[in-house]
Amino acid sequence: MADNIPAGSTTEGAIQVGQPPQQPADARVSAFASYNVADFPVPHGREEEWRFTPLERLRGLHDGSAEMTGGLRVEVTAPEGVTVETVDRSDARLGRAGKPVDRVAAQAYSSFEKASVVTIPKDAVLADPVRIAVHGEGGVAYEHVQIEVGAFAEAVVVIDHTGDATLAAGVEYVLGDGSKLTVVSVQDWDDTAVHVAQHTALIGRDAGFKSVVVTFGGDLVRLHPRVIYGGPGGEAELYGLYFTEGGQHQEHRLFIDHDTPHCRSNVAYKGALQGRDAHAVWIGDVLIRAAAEGTDTYELNRNLVLTDGARVDSVPNLEIETGEIIGAGHASATGRFDDEQLFYLMARGIPHDEARRLVVRGFFAELVQQIGMADLEERLLGKIEEELEASVS
Amino acid sequence: MATLEIHDLHVSVESDSSADGLREILRGVDLTVKQGETHAIMGPNGSGKSTLAYSLAGHPKYTVTGGTVTLDGEDVLAMSVDERARAGVFLAMQYPVEVPGVSVSNFLRTSATAVRGEAPKLRTWVKEVKETMERLQIDPSFAERNVNEGFSGGEKKRHEILQLELLKPSIAILDETDSGLDVDALRVVSEGVNRVRETGEVGTLLITHYTRILRYIKPDQVHVFAGGRIVESGGAELADKLENEGYTAYVKGGTSE
Repeated sequence: MADNIPAGSTTEGAIQVGQPPQQPADARVSAFASYNVADFPVPHGREEEWRFTPLERLRGLHDGSAEMTGGLRVEVTAPEGVTVETVDRSDARLGRAGKPVDRVAAQAYSSFEKASVVTIPKDAVLADPVRIAVHGEGGVAYEHVQIEVGAFAEAVVVIDHTGDATLAAGVEYVLGDGSKLTVVSVQDWDDTAVHVAQHTALIGRDAGFKSVVVTFGGDLVRLHPRVIYGGPGGEAELYGLYFTEGGQHQEHRLFIDHDTPHCRSNVAYKGALQGRDAHAVWIGDVLIRAAAEGTDTYELNRNLVLTDGARVDSVPNLEIETGEIIGAGHASATGRFDDEQLFYLMARGIPHDEARRLVVRGFFAELVQQIGMADLEERLLGKIEEELEASVS
Repeated sequence: MATLEIHDLHVSVESDSSADGLREILRGVDLTVKQGETHAIMGPNGSGKSTLAYSLAGHPKYTVTGGTVTLDGEDVLAMSVDERARAGVFLAMQYPVEVPGVSVSNFLRTSATAVRGEAPKLRTWVKEVKETMERLQIDPSFAERNVNEGFSGGEKKRHEILQLELLKPSIAILDETDSGLDVDALRVVSEGVNRVRETGEVGTLLITHYTRILRYIKPDQVHVFAGGRIVESGGAELADKLENEGYTAYVKGGTSE
């Protein structure tokens, strides 16, 4: 089976692309996890999981020096039947999806005062999305959110991040058997915000999880979506879009832990970059453990570099401990927005800015269609045009 | 009556090997192309034919160091690439570029809108595209494919001529449209070019290495291009001479430099 993997990382143009790290095959398996921040040493920047992140821009989230000042508003709007609670740290439900796996995630878990818990009852099929508006007013905040979907329930949750904040957060998704959850997390921060979060999904038997991560803003955004299967037949689709502007650091690190038989995962992240020192990082770790027979997984990352001075590190990493799987593959490619494309379109009378828009819209369109949410589609494409507009003028 | 006038055109490209960083490719091109006329430009590899084509379209790789190009008296060299296209200059490229994620139908409509100055009416547009594609033996499924992505050589050239027919330029520059085509594709492509020529609305600059295409597209004038300029001009009979004798008479020591 392993021979059939259409693996490969290709690069075009003079773009630096991270090389898959040389490490023992079980490096990810042994990734340390703990709820307690004191169990993690302060990172110095050379660790595998921190080597792409500019620690000095984390404003102390990583070394314990960022004291909570508040200034984060979290408003949850939910349709009838959904329970929305603000609970204490002692609430026994918290932390079930999984433990924090790095210092900042553990800092968030050790520091939040109240958590938001959204519960969608068993069998409920929500007609409208649950909306969580997270708005920062400039302070340092530690946040924790748990979304639980009861067995056979179906829900869409949209989390919007706006304003300015220095935020370390943990988000848990607990999916009951046969449930379906779609989560859209939009990082539309001001360009000053720092946002580091671990999103942990525990997918029940035959449940379906779809995650759409959209990152446009922020000075530094580092998200770590993790998928763990609680029973066979689970399915995860992880989609991501990012538009990294000059000076921004946007990092998406994914981990899918196939430890259960007959589960599927599909990852597709696409990003466009423009401007000096725009830096996008994509890490796609997929682990297929010996027990996970019948696994089917594929992950893809594509980057479009629009201008000089931007940098992409794209590192797919697939570890397979059993040959009894349906499929496993990954692809990563980074291409430069090419002047020949621009010339071709302009030579047909299309003005410069419109030609750029066509190419960038085209780059994202396929993914946006794959996500298959009509109202989100317009919003995303509109936002992409806005980003292009802002950069052109 | 649209007229393209090229006078004493000098063009250079960036070069690491020369002292001033530029290497001159076109060394004084003079040519006038009027609406309704067809001029064939023939020459050996490296003679500067394609440089002429791309310079007229405004490719940023080429620097005009001297001379003038006007279209009905308007300074073409002062125009941006898209302005030239909207003014009526069309370049059918030898190596059309892939544009991932942009469908042919979207591309054609966007360019037609730009060139015509208003969006074509949807109903007549769909019909116009469909009929033109049929005549060029382009499968309807092409409309939904991405521009030039995965196209064969022949498909790319037919797609170029499709654009020529839809955009109706006053000056069409065909850069080695015939190269890499089998006989059937060459015939289909040539018929497309001839349909446009027969309107009498277009002046055609047909750049080619081979005389083969001239069996399908009859030029009014043939120019031999060597060493970055036109070295001989004549009627269609000049092409016959080239067919028989090749370019050796125009090339020193086997190269055109």
